[in-house]
Amino acid sequence: MSHDTMDLTLHVWRQKSSKDSGGFVTYVEEARGISEHMSFLEMLDVVNEKLIEKNEDPIAFDHDCREGICGMCGLMINGIAHGPDQTTTCQLHMRVFKEQGITDITIEPWRAKAFPVIKDLVVDRNAFEMIIQAGGYISVSTGSAPDANSLPIPKENADKAMDGASCIGCGACVAACPNASAMLFTSAKIGHLGLLPQGQVERDDRVLRMVNKMDEVGFGGCTNIGECSAVCPKEIGLEFIARMNRDLIRASLAKGDSKKP
Amino acid sequence: MTGIASFYQRSIGKKVVMALTGAFLLFYVVVHMWGNFKIFLGQEQLDHYAEGLKTLGDPLFAEEQVLWLFRIALLAAFLLHIYTAMQLSHMASRGRPVAYKQRKDVQANFASRMMLLGGIAVLLFVIYHLMHFTIGVAHSDFVYGEVFNNVVRGFQEFMGIPAIIYIIAMIFLSMHIYHGAWSIFQTLGLNGPQYNGVLRGLATLIAVVVAIGNISIPLYALFALSPVEVTGWFQSIAGLFGF
Amino acid sequence: MAVETKDKVGVRRTTEYTAVTLESQVPAGPIEKRWDEHRFKMKLVNPANKRKYTVIVVGSGLAGGAAAATMGELGYNVKCFCYQDSPRRAHSIAAQGGINAAKNYRNDGDSIYRLFYDTVKGGDFRSRESNVYRLAQVSVDIIDQCVAQGVPFAREYGGLLDNRSFGGAQVSRTFYARGQTGQQLLLGAYQSLSRQIAAGKVEMHTRSEMIDLIVIDGQARGIVTRDMLTGKIESHLADAVVLGTGGYGNVFYLSTNAKGCNTTAIWRAHRRGAFFANPCFTQIHPTCIPAAGDYQSKLTLMSESLRNDGRIWVPRKQGDKRRASEIPEGERDYYLEERYPSFGNLVPRDVASRNAKYVCDEGRGVGDTGLGVYLDFADAIKRLGKQAIFERYGNLFDMYARITGEDPYEVPMRIYPAIHYTMGGLWVDYNLMSTIPGLFVIGEANFSDHGANRLGASALMQGLADGYFILPYTIGNYLAQAKLPKVSTDHPACREVEVEVETRMKRLLSINGKRSVDSFHRELGDIMWNNCGMSRNEAGLKQALKRIPEIRSEFWENVRVLGKNEELNQSLEKASRVADFMELAELLCLDALERRESCGGHFREESQIDGEAKRDDENFSYAAAWEYSGNVSRPNLHKEPLIFEYVIPSQRSYK
Ligand SMILES: Cc1cc2nc3c(=O)[nH]c(=O)nc-3n(C[C@H](O)[C@H](O)[C@H](O)COP(=O)(O)OP(=O)(O)OC[C@H]3O[C@@H](n4cnc5c(N)ncnc54)[C@H](O)[C@@H]3O)c2cc1C
Ligand code: HEM
Ligand code: FES
Repeated sequence: MSHDTMDLTLHVWRQKSSKDSGGFVTYVEEARGISEHMSFLEMLDVVNEKLIEKNEDPIAFDHDCREGICGMCGLMINGIAHGPDQTTTCQLHMRVFKEQGITDITIEPWRAKAFPVIKDLVVDRNAFEMIIQAGGYISVSTGSAPDANSLPIPKENADKAMDGASCIGCGACVAACPNASAMLFTSAKIGHLGLLPQGQVERDDRVLRMVNKMDEVGFGGCTNIGECSAVCPKEIGLEFIARMNRDLIRASLAKGDSKKP
Repeated sequence: MTGIASFYQRSIGKKVVMALTGAFLLFYVVVHMWGNFKIFLGQEQLDHYAEGLKTLGDPLFAEEQVLWLFRIALLAAFLLHIYTAMQLSHMASRGRPVAYKQRKDVQANFASRMMLLGGIAVLLFVIYHLMHFTIGVAHSDFVYGEVFNNVVRGFQEFMGIPAIIYIIAMIFLSMHIYHGAWSIFQTLGLNGPQYNGVLRGLATLIAVVVAIGNISIPLYALFALSPVEVTGWFQSIAGLFGF
Repeated sequence: MAVETKDKVGVRRTTEYTAVTLESQVPAGPIEKRWDEHRFKMKLVNPANKRKYTVIVVGSGLAGGAAAATMGELGYNVKCFCYQDSPRRAHSIAAQGGINAAKNYRNDGDSIYRLFYDTVKGGDFRSRESNVYRLAQVSVDIIDQCVAQGVPFAREYGGLLDNRSFGGAQVSRTFYARGQTGQQLLLGAYQSLSRQIAAGKVEMHTRSEMIDLIVIDGQARGIVTRDMLTGKIESHLADAVVLGTGGYGNVFYLSTNAKGCNTTAIWRAHRRGAFFANPCFTQIHPTCIPAAGDYQSKLTLMSESLRNDGRIWVPRKQGDKRRASEIPEGERDYYLEERYPSFGNLVPRDVASRNAKYVCDEGRGVGDTGLGVYLDFADAIKRLGKQAIFERYGNLFDMYARITGEDPYEVPMRIYPAIHYTMGGLWVDYNLMSTIPGLFVIGEANFSDHGANRLGASALMQGLADGYFILPYTIGNYLAQAKLPKVSTDHPACREVEVEVETRMKRLLSINGKRSVDSFHRELGDIMWNNCGMSRNEAGLKQALKRIPEIRSEFWENVRVLGKNEELNQSLEKASRVADFMELAELLCLDALERRESCGGHFREESQIDGEAKRDDENFSYAAAWEYSGNVSRPNLHKEPLIFEYVIPSQRSYK
């Protein structure tokens, strides 16, 4: 393991608050001597330490687990959501840039009407919460469950449900979609629950309510382009969108619209 | 709100309308092409076919009744398709008010990113096409009912420029179909990982057939080439688009 | 009786052995019946009255999320807080391995009693028997509940739930969902929580950090939060407060915890009167990816299952810088296999961790930093083929390759232990109530059921047990009996705490020193790791107890926090958390110093036989509950004696 370093040029979106208009700031000096073994966020940590040294406001970006599972991190890196490796921003390592000979890096926040910028690279993803609250659950109160093995589920379905359930809610799908559509996110939850027998009772209602909410909070529609799936760190496939479309058509034919408030 | 209206309210509902109208248009495109192939059988056959269209449904329907019904349905589908496309693209542009400074496609292809522009190109073409061969106002030498002559002369006039327009338009149309035909299944939820490869293949096939088939007509008119030769031509053009 | 000691290094501390007996509220009677009878005796809140009560839940992890959702379902008004932008991101999400439950679906001899027995023994006899038994009892309901919520646990071809054996357990009682069990369980709780938010029963406050606790007339009545977007400092009042804020492993700076994990909530509650129990019981996980450089921001855990097939070794020679492949078999030291012939590479977490430290201390560590040992799959690949290894560990190998840039199929992995879990936490009674009436503590934040060491796959079980099945009952019992006068945010106590918090933020912003928050946190972490990490001794602890107050005072004089309070200010958030870690660190070392025995994750070098941990039941069979005295350096110690009626203490041996 050698300690090769790189000198980078960063163009970072800086925006003081949601009310301010932002702009790009270029950092060169602060991004010198970056080790290829750093993660992308560690690289930003180093830049921030240098900014603090110079009495300049550090770059704000969201992150928490730094192991690719909480879904908190997410940056548009050189025009690709989460950057050039299909993973989360926190799991992206600088050696990828080294290997590809990239030293010029543009960093932008997720951009979507439904994800307003809060500060610098931090966005508000509450729209996702609203979609889940609209029906992304099975209504079972604590204590009312039957024995776990009373309901066998074919392994294949359980596995497919798990594929959808592995969504981390980072929002890369929205960020990457030319239409800022949230179809992949929404369909992953609908698919997860709809593939399980427990999820059948509310299946029609769920899809109607979640899709209504998805449109209401300002996401664009889907044009079946597939950018979402191509940047998804959990590699959730477009078949979840197809499944959701089918569920919606079926539910609309059966019920028209959700009767629940 | 009634079921249909609330269905159409949703982005997915609109998509379904796109898919259904698109499928109908696609069906028409294919049938229309098949009919036009009669040109290779000569003047008599083609004119006879055009005449025959008027008496479609005889004796249940009077002359041109079925044709008009079909035209109305087609127009409705076409308008609905366009209107919905506008609504969807409005929603999409609203979805991202601030554009990225840098954005790279990872998955998208030219065809999928060109749906709107390609669609508009097709729309302009359709208008021209109607003025050219149906109404005849964009034709220097139009004679009502003489389909074969109209077509052959229509392509040859103005140094063959109409033929070139047709060829370009068909490339746009086939690109639209390349993404659209697969999309129909995805949108209607008739897709899944196990079918995806087949559906992609099917869409490519239809797109290529529509392109070659339709392009062969102006080429025939210009050079009296046979469709077999055109196929070879087309393959090299298609290669440019990575089909 | 206050005993004041002034020891050699000049650390002054008071340890007061007050006669206060901690009321553990443990019911009497046969252990299998205790929880049932206790539940029967508890006062109930009439269903129609539940909506008259408000409960604050801080934390939306497995513990907090489950509790908030369940209390919402029961009809209470719940206000739930988390510091992330969504409750779904609590660090429970990172748990990989699985969750234990005594379902005995395998018919391999498991039972509630066996899970109870294993947990008490695994905890090295430093937990409360009654609590552990109850935990094993409700473990069964947890799985039912989660499956009903749609948690996609792994299944067999017949469609029934799959199980695996985990962390050396002799039965297969661990339920799992790929390598993402924590994520799936949390999403289950999160979905139930979302349902209650939609129903208006839970008011969710994201990006809201609890900075202090409001105690009125001796009862916990609310919290003061800082809105992380606007900086607004605000009081929230309720009839009871529940803390489910997770562990404090980040006191070591580098740990497998998320960057935001903090001790602020429980530390501030401690300063307001809640006793802090067994802070020195921390768990170290042996198979983490080693730090690559001083920019390292966190450590990543890799599943322990890797030790099933990987062989651990270091070079025999000190400072051997040859590549692994160039070191001949005879010059390799497979130290675990040698020292522990019967368990080999599968010795428990603490033993594996400590031995890795020893060989690295001897200068035989591998990698650039010398802090790492090899975990070698060459033999396994030769024996089973690359494909088989890929099938078993493919995703772990990918993760390793992504982080280190090395291909573990070709070169051995490098691993090093890291702080992973904290068994210590706020002291709670059988009802999960702290020493402040009305303040309940659940999940990793309490001193929990794990004693001195937690078994693999038992933290998720405890978090959900507390949240779904225990707290919602016991809190009702409290509410039904407590006299809760109406209070409003105009109450002087609220204003007082708010002002304290505001002053603290202002002070942090006005120091304008030279060093960043992270540099202090790193330094604190180094001290803790070196002196109070995998193995501890008196001299080292005293050294730490001297250094911690020094860097704490430097922190308050020399930290540089830019920007203002009234904005999203991540440096300020960190500064406020690190300030509390600086105080907790001292208590942790004090507790470690006080406990002159080795047990579980706490290894005192002075207390060993043949290099193995030696417990001292005669003198230390108690839970150490520390009371804040007004002076961080001089807390008062209270002891809750531990009585073992069912599982008779014995010494562990892995030789
Ligand atoms: C990498 C890793 C792997 C693990 N694997 C396993 C495993 O396989 N099996 C197992 O049983 N256990 C495992 N554990 C342990 C287990 O995951 C945790 O102990 C458990 O999930 C803790 O749950 P919790 O609800 O107590 O806390 P957390 O999930 O940490 O939740 C804490 C909550 O409190 C909130 N919070 C914290 N501070 C504040 C504040 N000041 N103000 C407001 N909100 C605050 C946070 O926002 C969060 O919502 C693992 C742990 C780690 C780190
Ligand atoms: C004969 C002509 C046409 C045919 C055969 C056709 C066919 C199709 C098909 C099959 C689809 C896929 C629907 C789906 O997504 O499931 C589609 C989509 C689309 N069409 Fe057309 N179309 C034609 C003309 C037009 C015209 C004139 C426009 C002009 C605006 C247009 C604009 C679009 C757009 C924008 C889409 C993508 C919609 C979306 O996915 O959101 N099309 N078309
Ligand atoms: S920080 Fe958690 S996924 Fe990146």
